[in-house]
Amino acid sequence: MDLTFTEEEEAFRARLRTWLADVLPKLPPKPAATDWPGRRRHDAAWQRMLYDAGYAGLHWPVDAGGRGATPTQHLIFLEETEKAGAPYVGANFVGLLHAGPTIAAEGTAAQRARWLPPILRGDEIWCQGFSEPDAGSDLAALRTRAVRDGDAYVVTGSKIWTSHAEVADWCELLVRTDPEAPRHRGISWLAMPMDAPGVTVRPLRTLAGSTEFAEVFLDEVRVPVGHRIGAEHDGWRVTMVTLSFERGTAFVGEVVACRRVLAELARTARANGRWDDAVLRRRLGRLNVEFAALWRLTQWNVSEAQRTGGVPGTGGSVFKLRYSHARQELYDAAAEVLGGQALDAAHPWVADRLSALSYTIAAGTSQIQRNIVAERILGLPKGR
Amino acid sequence: MDFQLTADQRALRDGTRELLTGRFDRDRLRAAVDDPALDRALWRELADAGFFALRLPEADGGVGLGLPEAVLVFEEAGRALLPGPLVAGHLLAGAVDGVATGERIVALCDGSAEPVLCEHPADCDLLIFLEGSAPEHVGRARQSAPAEVAHAPYASVDPLTPLARVTDSAHGTPCDGLDVPRLRREAALLTAAQQLGSAARTVEMAVGHARQRTQFGAPIGSFQAVKHLCAGMLVRAELARAAVYAAAVTGDALDVAGAKLLADEAAVHNARDCLQVHGGMGFTWEADVHLHLKRAWLRAAAWGGAQDATERWADALVD
Repeated sequence: MDLTFTEEEEAFRARLRTWLADVLPKLPPKPAATDWPGRRRHDAAWQRMLYDAGYAGLHWPVDAGGRGATPTQHLIFLEETEKAGAPYVGANFVGLLHAGPTIAAEGTAAQRARWLPPILRGDEIWCQGFSEPDAGSDLAALRTRAVRDGDAYVVTGSKIWTSHAEVADWCELLVRTDPEAPRHRGISWLAMPMDAPGVTVRPLRTLAGSTEFAEVFLDEVRVPVGHRIGAEHDGWRVTMVTLSFERGTAFVGEVVACRRVLAELARTARANGRWDDAVLRRRLGRLNVEFAALWRLTQWNVSEAQRTGGVPGTGGSVFKLRYSHARQELYDAAAEVLGGQALDAAHPWVADRLSALSYTIAAGTSQIQRNIVAERILGLPKGR
Repeated sequence: MDFQLTADQRALRDGTRELLTGRFDRDRLRAAVDDPALDRALWRELADAGFFALRLPEADGGVGLGLPEAVLVFEEAGRALLPGPLVAGHLLAGAVDGVATGERIVALCDGSAEPVLCEHPADCDLLIFLEGSAPEHVGRARQSAPAEVAHAPYASVDPLTPLARVTDSAHGTPCDGLDVPRLRREAALLTAAQQLGSAARTVEMAVGHARQRTQFGAPIGSFQAVKHLCAGMLVRAELARAAVYAAAVTGDALDVAGAKLLADEAAVHNARDCLQVHGGMGFTWEADVHLHLKRAWLRAAAWGGAQDATERWADALVD
């Protein structure tokens, strides 16, 4: 068990810090949360800066255009960029963390050459078309149909909870290509251009008042057969590759950010006198223990991934269960610190308290995560 | 960074588990419940296996290993519910003659606790008291022969850990060579390691029962209500593991306090959930679940509790 960093890792960290200190002041101001085209431009510009400096696709394999960095270097990158206040991955999330790694793992040479470089440069934005109104936790129940017609699939159906759909160029789309097959075996993975005729995007308003995601309606959309990643009907397996990436390191930067928010809560509580309330003070202390341990668990999981050749393990489900709950606890504590101000929707902590409510639902609900932990790690029998 | 067990550490853990499975099996455990007097032959075997001399230099007859290795060994002790003042034996092996070899059994008592409790009073050859109260814990250590210490009977909730309430410990001889803050810190860490072992063991016990026990025509582990209890138990144990192992690597006092808090929670709540999964059987004397829960309560009360840890971690936010 070693928590120290090698000379090479420390040198990597030092170079990264120097670069961040140099470029971050040159970054244009962050656009308003409602300005989606502006947010896309901002996130794409940051991705281009990363690309030019050699940090794009750090954890991607070298033959996919990435840097082939170790999981530890990737952890250092996520930690340092968050600490420096650099932009979050934002609109590039699906491209860099889902679609890109899937194409890198399962795509042909031509498909990798077509789609990976624009993701790394920030030129093309991806969104995710997995969930449907009747296929949420039970994703394999998806019904969006793709019927072969010559050299294209004709796709009809609807997708939901699609983040960045309004500004995306491509959608990683799960469709049913064989309605007769057992449900996990009739699914295919397609790269669908969002500007194709028949694609309609309808933004959904979240309880936070913003339009973070959308419904996507597909009416006889033609997608070339060459846009299919992996074999026909093999999309479920291809997708599982993607989901394990999502649960691996997706929240590393957020843990760093939560620890910063917690320190701000403590400072605010000291200033407004609430620190003298022992119950609240110990609650903040307890959260400090929690997030420090979540950081250690991250280091544990990353070290495990490093030993197994970069494949994220089931530790991601353990982490997500505890982290999503801790994040909600953090902002409930923030409301205690704020007192009367906790009802002011304009306060950033109040907005974050609202958005934290999605964490126990998105990317696999806590209930589904517990099923995964119980069945895949503990070996309990499947059932209801 | 490589925050995983090394091959040597895994071998040490597996070897310790094998030793304890062989020398302290369920029959021995239940025999100890009926008669909690320590088995001196077993104690010397533990000493021979390096339990106490683990961190003493090889030149002094020790094994020359570090705190992470000690944590792995104590995790196994917690798993097996191995009774006795093991932490004291390990921490005082280099300071008190005969302890490293298992010939003498020594107890370490927290003189700042209220009441001051001493475990296995009838078995100990020497008692060492640590003075000083939270949070600084600066104080001295004193030693006494058990006969010189006034104590009153105390009906221990844990059948494996007889206790006495010390009523006057002020007359012992000062032992100036001992680093009291370090003893407290390491006692807390090794106690947390035992809690971690217990927390991991009760997950296995609950899962084992849930796979085997059939109701409504199916193993109860196929029902989500039971499944989710078990998943929650694993999450608690794994978060505690990350914290305890990290504290073993850093040796930092704050890390130790946080790790103890999480390990205490994991051990107590996992034992409770394990009891729940076992249903009526879990409420019986015959099942081992209550032994984990009661020991977890005792350990949670020793060497720094939740209030102390949360206050220290709150202070750390504003330092």
